[in-house]
Amino acid sequence: MSEASGEGLMFHPMDQFIVKPLFGEGPVHWYTPTNASLWMVLGVVGIILMLVVGTRGRAIVPSRGQSVAELAYGFIHKMVEDVAGKDGLKFFPYIFTLFLFIVFSNFLGLLPKAFTPTSHIAVTAVLAVLVFVTVTVVGFVKNGASFLSLFWVSSAPLALRPVLALIEVISYFVRPVSHSIRLAGNMMAGHAVIKVFAAFAPLILMSGIGIVVTPLSILAITAMYGLEILVAFIQAYVFTILTCVYLRDALHPHH
Amino acid sequence: MEGDIVQMGAYIGAGLACMGMGGAAVGVGNVAGNFLSGALRNPSAAAGQTATLFIGIAFAEALGIFSFLVALLLMFAV
Amino acid sequence: MANEHEAANMAHDAGAVAAEAAGHAAESAGMPQLDFSTFGNQIFWLLVTLVVIYWVLSRIALPRIAAVLADRQGTIAGDLAAAEDYKLKAKDAEAAYEKALADARAQAQKIVGEARAEIQKELDVATAKADAEISARAAESEARITEIRAGALEAVEAVARDTAAEIVSTLGGKADASALAEAVGARLKG
Repeated sequence: MSEASGEGLMFHPMDQFIVKPLFGEGPVHWYTPTNASLWMVLGVVGIILMLVVGTRGRAIVPSRGQSVAELAYGFIHKMVEDVAGKDGLKFFPYIFTLFLFIVFSNFLGLLPKAFTPTSHIAVTAVLAVLVFVTVTVVGFVKNGASFLSLFWVSSAPLALRPVLALIEVISYFVRPVSHSIRLAGNMMAGHAVIKVFAAFAPLILMSGIGIVVTPLSILAITAMYGLEILVAFIQAYVFTILTCVYLRDALHPHH
Repeated sequence: MEGDIVQMGAYIGAGLACMGMGGAAVGVGNVAGNFLSGALRNPSAAAGQTATLFIGIAFAEALGIFSFLVALLLMFAV
Repeated sequence: MANEHEAANMAHDAGAVAAEAAGHAAESAGMPQLDFSTFGNQIFWLLVTLVVIYWVLSRIALPRIAAVLADRQGTIAGDLAAAEDYKLKAKDAEAAYEKALADARAQAQKIVGEARAEIQKELDVATAKADAEISARAAESEARITEIRAGALEAVEAVARDTAAEIVSTLGGKADASALAEAVGARLKG
C-alpha cells in the first residue's frame, strides 16, 4: 500500500484516523491517553460548558447559552416523546447522552487537525451495541415472551408469516451493524474526501497545472466542509431517532 | 507480479463498488423528492413527517455508505 | 499483501519480526479503523466518556433545565391566569361604568321632565292670568265702545233735532220743540 500513499498524494487520506498516544511514542494500551480520548474528553468539556455552565443562571428569561441548552433539551425531549411514546421518557437521559456525545464528536471533529471519535467503527459499534442490548432487554422485561410477536406479523397472510418472521429476525440483528456503520461510514467518508482534495491543494507549489487544480480543490474542500456540517448534525439526529424507533418497538412490539 | 494483479483487481473492485453510491444518490433523491411532492399537496401534514423523511433518507443513504466502505476496504485493507 | 511482501523479504526470524512488521504496516497504511490494537483503548475511553456525560446530565443538567422549564411554564400559566383575572375585572368595571352612565342618564331625563312639567305649570298659570286680563280688558273696551256708541246715538239725535228745527224755521214754520223731538225720535227709531 505504500505505493498508493507515497507517489500521488502528499499524505494518506486515512492518516487522520490513526489513533496515537498523546504523549510520546509507544504501544496503545487500553488506558493510554490518545488523541481519540483527548477529543472525547473535549466533547465532555463542551457538553458541560453548554448544559451546566450555560444554564447556571436558571433564568426565567434565558440568556443565549441557556436557550441553546434548552433548545437541545426540548428537541430531544420532543423526539423521544413523539417517537418512543410517553413511557419512553424514562430513557430520555440515556438517549440525550448518546445524542450529545455524537453531535459533539462530529462537530469537534470538523475542526482542522481534530480527531473524530465517531469515525471509528469501534466507537460507533459500542454505541450501537449498547442501544441494541438496552432495547432487547427492555423489550423482554416489559413484554416478556410476547416481545417475540415483533417478529410475527399478524396482519400478513398465514402462509407468508414464517418467511416474514425470518426476514424480521435477520433485520433485527442487522440493526446494530447498519446503525454503527452508517454513523462511522458517514463521518469517515466526509473526512477522507476532504483529505483527498486537500492533498491536491498544494500542487501549485510543484507544477504549472496547479494553477487550475489548486483553486478547484480549495473550492471542493469548502463545499465538502459545508456538506459535512450538515451531515454531522443529520447523522447524530438519525442515530438518535433510530434509537427512539427501536425503543418504541421494544415498548410496544405489536404492530 | 501476482500481487500486482491482485492489487489491480482490488482497485477495479473499488471502482465498481463506488457505483453503488450512485444508487444511493438516486434513492435519497427519490425519498426527498417524493416527500416534497407530498408536502406540497398537503403542507399541513408535512411538519409531522420530517422524522420519517430523515429515517428514510438514513436508510437509503446507509447502503451507499456500505458500498463506499467496500471500496475503502478494497483500497486499503485487502 | 504489502505486509506479506515485507515479511517475506525480511526473512530473518519468522515469528516476532513478522508480527511486528505486520502491526507496523497496519498502523501506517490500511484502515486505522480496522487496527484492532486500538479498540480496547477507544472502548475504554468511550465508556468513561459516556458514564461521565450520563452522570453530569442526570445529576446536574437535566434536573436543572427541567426545573427552569417547569418554572417558566408555571410563571407563564400564572401570568395568563392573572391576565384573565384582570380582564374579568376590567369587564366588571366596564359594566359598572355602563350602569352608572345609564343611571345618570335616567336621572337627567327625570330632572328634565320635572323641570319641563314645572315650567308648563307656570306657563299655564301665566297664560290663564293673561287670558283673564285680556278678557277683562276686552270687556271693558266693549263697555266703553257701547258707551261711546250710545253717546254717539244721543249726539246724532240732538244733531238731527237741531237740524230739523233749523230746517223747519228756515221753511218758515214754527217748530214746537216737543213735537220735533217726538218726530225725530220716531223717525230715528223707524
